[in-house]
Amino acid sequence: MSETKVTMPAYVPPPPRRLLEPHRIFLIAVFGVIVFCAIYFMRWDWLPKYQTRLLYGIGETLFLLFSTAAVGFLLALPIGLVQVTGPWPLAALARGFCTLIRGTPLLLQLWLLYYGLGSVFAQYPEIRQSMFWPYLRDAWPYGFTALMLSFAAYEGEVMRGAFAGVPRGELEAARAFGMNRFTMFRRIWLPRAFYRALPTLSGETVLQLKSTPLVATITVVDAYAVITRVRQDTFLVYEPLLLLALIYMCLTGILVLLFRYLESRIPSRGA
Amino acid sequence: MAVDAGFLNLNLLALSPPGWGGVLLEGFAASLQLAVGGFTLGLMIGIAGAFGKLYGGPILRDLLEVYTTVIRAVPELVLILLLYYAGTDAVNALLGLVGLPRVDISGLAAGIFVIGVVQGAYQTEVLRGAIKAVPPGQIEAARAYGMSPLKTLRRITLPAMLPYAIPGLSNLWLIATKDTALLAVVGFSELTLVTRQAAGSTKAYMLFFCAAGLMYLTLTLVSNRVIAIIEKRARRGIAGPV
Repeated sequence: MSETKVTMPAYVPPPPRRLLEPHRIFLIAVFGVIVFCAIYFMRWDWLPKYQTRLLYGIGETLFLLFSTAAVGFLLALPIGLVQVTGPWPLAALARGFCTLIRGTPLLLQLWLLYYGLGSVFAQYPEIRQSMFWPYLRDAWPYGFTALMLSFAAYEGEVMRGAFAGVPRGELEAARAFGMNRFTMFRRIWLPRAFYRALPTLSGETVLQLKSTPLVATITVVDAYAVITRVRQDTFLVYEPLLLLALIYMCLTGILVLLFRYLESRIPSRGA
Repeated sequence: MAVDAGFLNLNLLALSPPGWGGVLLEGFAASLQLAVGGFTLGLMIGIAGAFGKLYGGPILRDLLEVYTTVIRAVPELVLILLLYYAGTDAVNALLGLVGLPRVDISGLAAGIFVIGVVQGAYQTEVLRGAIKAVPPGQIEAARAYGMSPLKTLRRITLPAMLPYAIPGLSNLWLIATKDTALLAVVGFSELTLVTRQAAGSTKAYMLFFCAAGLMYLTLTLVSNRVIAIIEKRARRGIAGPV
């Protein structure tokens, strides 16, 4: 009877697959035909004219992404830390900040800062005459602030978990070695928490990249704003948007590869 | 100061026409409809997608992989614009083929479609993980009892995967409520857009944006409560956190 026994496992993990199986080659061929049709039948003659502006826009998007992520991450460290060890008023403040930012749409925060705060600033002659006014009239600082705060709130939540997740024994060992609190934080707690948070940081950074086009709604000129301009000039609906989607896909891919490389550099024992 | 008067002038939030409260509430209702509709559509796409990814043939699996990867790599704002135009064009092209006149797609239907397609990609991944977490023995037992695949799905797989799926799904629900704000960019009158209109015509920017923020925040906090209750119910009989 043993030969006729039929086993039907509920879920069989698929065997590891090679990239080029017959059906893949077929799918790639179909995809190639679609791409060819898109290039051949759609209008791309606007591309050379807007090339430099588009490159500038992509540069602006990347600059916005990296500057907000860097400053936001620095702000996320204290936000995460005070929630783990800080005195309760600071911890409550940090938790409230995270809830507030994570509970409302980024677009609303952006408009609140740009239109709301901007109109409040404009009413005070002292601010209008100060040396900061040319910067406060520009949209970029508002876009930067909104994106930076949003990244800090989401990443602060991640860092809270990462700080709390570092094994107590390691911190006790550091203390037994006679390190003072700051040295312990710098040498043990922060690096260990950072390693734990790195996979999530990768996802958060991709989300941040996908949030950057929102600043185009307050007149910051990024890749999305350039494409919107192209659409208004040429009355084309699909071509510019498809190109933009392709650009963002490439940027996301590069970001993911970059973080994968960083993760492979983490010293770890075994697997 | 004029600003302070504007900020504290709560009469502007009155429900009847001189105040804008009623308009804001209508926008809030529209946002809520969008979120619920989009999330539900996303759930249907997600369940189908997860089963396709786990049990489908090689071509179906690859196509679903392309779908989830592309949707998760492109900003929601760009997707909303693309799908908004592509969706309405496709419906009109289909109607044209059948010989019916062109129709105006309502903003609500197009919005639900767009949010549903975006949510579907994320929910596919969440549900796929949850289904894989169900002990295979339970599904085998259902087969041994002679249940058809659909009955197994309804009676065993879906209820058993629920505790594993709820944390991911609740996150996606909160994202759905916030993604509705993006439809302001294509001109759909949901909460964020009507807030901006109200603020623009009364110049009380701070008041209206704070009021709208409070509405979104309330929705999030109430959702968190409800989710906690649902999760407690779904996890009954499971010991400790997984």
